[in-house]
Amino acid sequence: MDISLFLVLALNGIQYGFLLFLVASGLTLVFGIMGIINLAHGAFYMLGAYTVYWLVGYTDNLFVAIVLGLVIMLAFGYLLERSAISFLYKRDHLYQVLLTYGLILVLDEMQRIFWGTDFYSVPVPQILSASVPLTETQDYPVYRLFISVMCMAVAAGLYLLIGRTRLGMMIRAGASNREMAQVLGVDIGRVFAIVFSIGVALAAFSGMIGAPVSSVYPGMGEQILIVSFVVVVIGGIGSVKGAFVGAMLIGLADTFGQVLLPDFASVVVYAVMAVVLLWRPQGLFGRA
Amino acid sequence: MTEAILSTRNLSKLFGALVAVDGVTIDFAPGKIHAIIGPNGAGKTTLINLLCGDLSPSQGTIAFKDRDITKLTPFQTSRAGIGRSYQKSNIFPEFSCLENCWLGAQSRLPTSMKFFRPAEGYGEVRARAERALDLCGLGRRMNVRAAQISHGEQRQLEIAMMLATEPELLLLDEPLAGMGTEEAAAILELLKELARDHTLVLIEHDMDAVFSIAEVLTVMDNGRVLVTGAPEEVRRNRAVQEAYLGMGDEGA
Amino acid sequence: MSESRTVASLLLAAVAGLALFPFASDEFYLELFTHFMVLGIFAMSLDLLIGYTGLVSFGHAAFFGLAGYLLAIITPESEAMSLWVSLPVCLAGVALAALVIGWFSVRTSGIYFIMITLAFAQMTFYYFNENVALGGSDGMFIFTKPTVGIGGFEIIDLGDPTTVYYAVLASLVACYLLLSMVLRAPFGRVIKAIRVNEHRTRALGYDTRRYKLAAFVIAGTMAGFAGYLEAVSTGIVSPGHLSWHQSGLVLILVILGGMGTLYGPVLGAFALGLLHDQVQDVTVHWQLVQGIFVILVVLFLPHGIAGLVARLARRGAALAERAREPES
Ligand SMILES: Nc1ncnc2c1ncn2[C@@H]1O[C@H](COP(=O)(O)OP(=O)(O)O)[C@@H](O)[C@H]1O
Ligand SMILES: [Mg+2]
Repeated sequence: MDISLFLVLALNGIQYGFLLFLVASGLTLVFGIMGIINLAHGAFYMLGAYTVYWLVGYTDNLFVAIVLGLVIMLAFGYLLERSAISFLYKRDHLYQVLLTYGLILVLDEMQRIFWGTDFYSVPVPQILSASVPLTETQDYPVYRLFISVMCMAVAAGLYLLIGRTRLGMMIRAGASNREMAQVLGVDIGRVFAIVFSIGVALAAFSGMIGAPVSSVYPGMGEQILIVSFVVVVIGGIGSVKGAFVGAMLIGLADTFGQVLLPDFASVVVYAVMAVVLLWRPQGLFGRA
Repeated sequence: MTEAILSTRNLSKLFGALVAVDGVTIDFAPGKIHAIIGPNGAGKTTLINLLCGDLSPSQGTIAFKDRDITKLTPFQTSRAGIGRSYQKSNIFPEFSCLENCWLGAQSRLPTSMKFFRPAEGYGEVRARAERALDLCGLGRRMNVRAAQISHGEQRQLEIAMMLATEPELLLLDEPLAGMGTEEAAAILELLKELARDHTLVLIEHDMDAVFSIAEVLTVMDNGRVLVTGAPEEVRRNRAVQEAYLGMGDEGA
Repeated sequence: MSESRTVASLLLAAVAGLALFPFASDEFYLELFTHFMVLGIFAMSLDLLIGYTGLVSFGHAAFFGLAGYLLAIITPESEAMSLWVSLPVCLAGVALAALVIGWFSVRTSGIYFIMITLAFAQMTFYYFNENVALGGSDGMFIFTKPTVGIGGFEIIDLGDPTTVYYAVLASLVACYLLLSMVLRAPFGRVIKAIRVNEHRTRALGYDTRRYKLAAFVIAGTMAGFAGYLEAVSTGIVSPGHLSWHQSGLVLILVILGGMGTLYGPVLGAFALGLLHDQVQDVTVHWQLVQGIFVILVVLFLPHGIAGLVARLARRGAALAERAREPES
């Protein structure tokens, strides 16, 4: 493999890893803090992509569309938690799986009703449409670098939100001891609703920012969901740090796998997972 | 001293920075009732968990009948002949008392990978299960769901399930806690009875009970063994009086 | 006692009803019911894991689809193959797959188990979906039906829908009896104990992992048997049979019917299937209806139809009791 191909693959892998991290971090947060296994997470990613496609049609500006879309998705997540997810806290994982699976069916059908089965593309914004030279013969699109930078920014923001703010403190209190937090006057119901809507927004944001690269199509949520599961399982369920390491591992494994082992491309990801679990059944950073 | 049936050498267990069991070396003589006492948090339950394989030690070794069992898992120690009852009842609430004990009794079959003949057909399993129930005074509750019997009876069931596995050595973690006085007295009699052909390792907070049946006594504090000896010797030991008995029984 | 006898007589009546059904039905419903019964076997096998062993597998479709693919691969295009060869080969292949997947999966528990089984099923899905030699996303045809002969005589013609219907009905009953037997045997006692309290089961001297693995292999193989029947009766197998929607569907059937009963999942297969059949005439948005239906079942009917029936029966008994009281 020559150096420029290697560089491109590495950058693509890292960018895919960042995107996966955003989706997976929402999944792992909702599980780690609320104890909910959320299969509909991929559907939120898909909804994000469609919403931004729809809003770009009106506003003609990706950035405005993303901001508007995020507001919509945050509100949607909040309402969804209050109306359905909140019934699941005391229930077995089995029922969480089923209910959120039912949600997927509903959201997928909604998507088909509103947007049909066509593939759509979202244009890369003018100012980010350039390429930068990597080596003498190889260019690299600026937009992909932009994705990585944005993901890093969101991750940092998330870190600060949970580590440094009052809301973050309440979230941490609620996660470690629900009853105690309630006694101390934390409105756990609202905190969980906020956490869930943040999770929804993280998935949707990945879908939005990834839309110009991946295009927008039915079933895009499923693919990312399953891969995010793999990421979360590898990293250890509930661990954000684990989600990051897992996402990078899978992002790179998948990108290089597509080129080096084209016949087994989609199996590589699962093979990585199997090896990790053989070594550490609770994931890299999971609690036993 | 006679050859020990179970012995630990320098056994330790760390939970993070907390040393729950700290360099414990004890020999348990066969056929004796060996009680372990100590204030709450002394590490008694953790020690039992190490002995039966529920936890793996951070350091040290365990030998049972001259065989190294340090790394064995709970099902292996059970099959080797070490029975264990839990401080907090650890039963199958949805099953009847008989079915609870049945599981213990059935585990003495060479294997339970048997798919064809109904379990009821295994007469020797039923006999073992019923005998264990009878011994623990639950004969009449045989077909009642374990969730529905009283707390004290659940404690009895806890012991019966262990007896159904026909262990040679019994690890009993506060078997009397939560029982009524009459039941406790009956179980105490049962333990004395069992001591004729079993080895008993008994954690108990009820000092009267301990001094009435223990033949050897170990006092633990802060994860360490303070002293091991005959009950009367231990009672006279200054260090023990200061660390534990001096405080009265409130620690229980 | 009397409750189990009531259930037994209801089940006998249901089987008798199913046995008479072909006399009253057209071919469309005959084939539909055949499909329901196949799904019933599939769901029943999952019930062994979910309802009895406490293992929530979200990748059960892998075994269902794999059996169909194996059949499609080994069946020659022009000449028929004996069922006495193809069935054992397919089941052995599926059992092997279940052994490998299960070996990894039973090391984990709870949510990890759900995710790992899902991931393995996806791996299987992508393998077939992207393998052009095996039909890719279009799947494969099984051009000839297996022949069932004894001593050179063809005794069953699997080309005839009514014959297939009865063969599947017999298989359904056989699977029910087989699982009932396994559950009554010592093995069944152990896996039921694992569901309630795995830690104590281990402490009582059982290598619980081995028992979970054995349950996983039995359930996987039976799912494979259902997949084999499906492939034989429809003559086609596609990646859809292995997809996670198929795994989700069978999970729904188990919960809708009532887990831990064996017959409940079969009820679930018929209930959801008939609902689908009715809704289809009204709207093309079946998924929407199904999704809402699933959410409602989770929220309001967690013990499924079997649980509802049991509750009604208990309430009826209590009412009858109260009615009798003043007299005595
Ligand atoms: N699983 C565990 N994780 C962390 N700390 C533990 C755990 N189990 C016990 N401990 C700690 O170890 C110490 C000894 O506990 P334990 O063995 O239960 O004492 P005892 O049975 O003598 O009352 C206590 O400080 C307890 O909090
Ligand atoms: Mg204790």
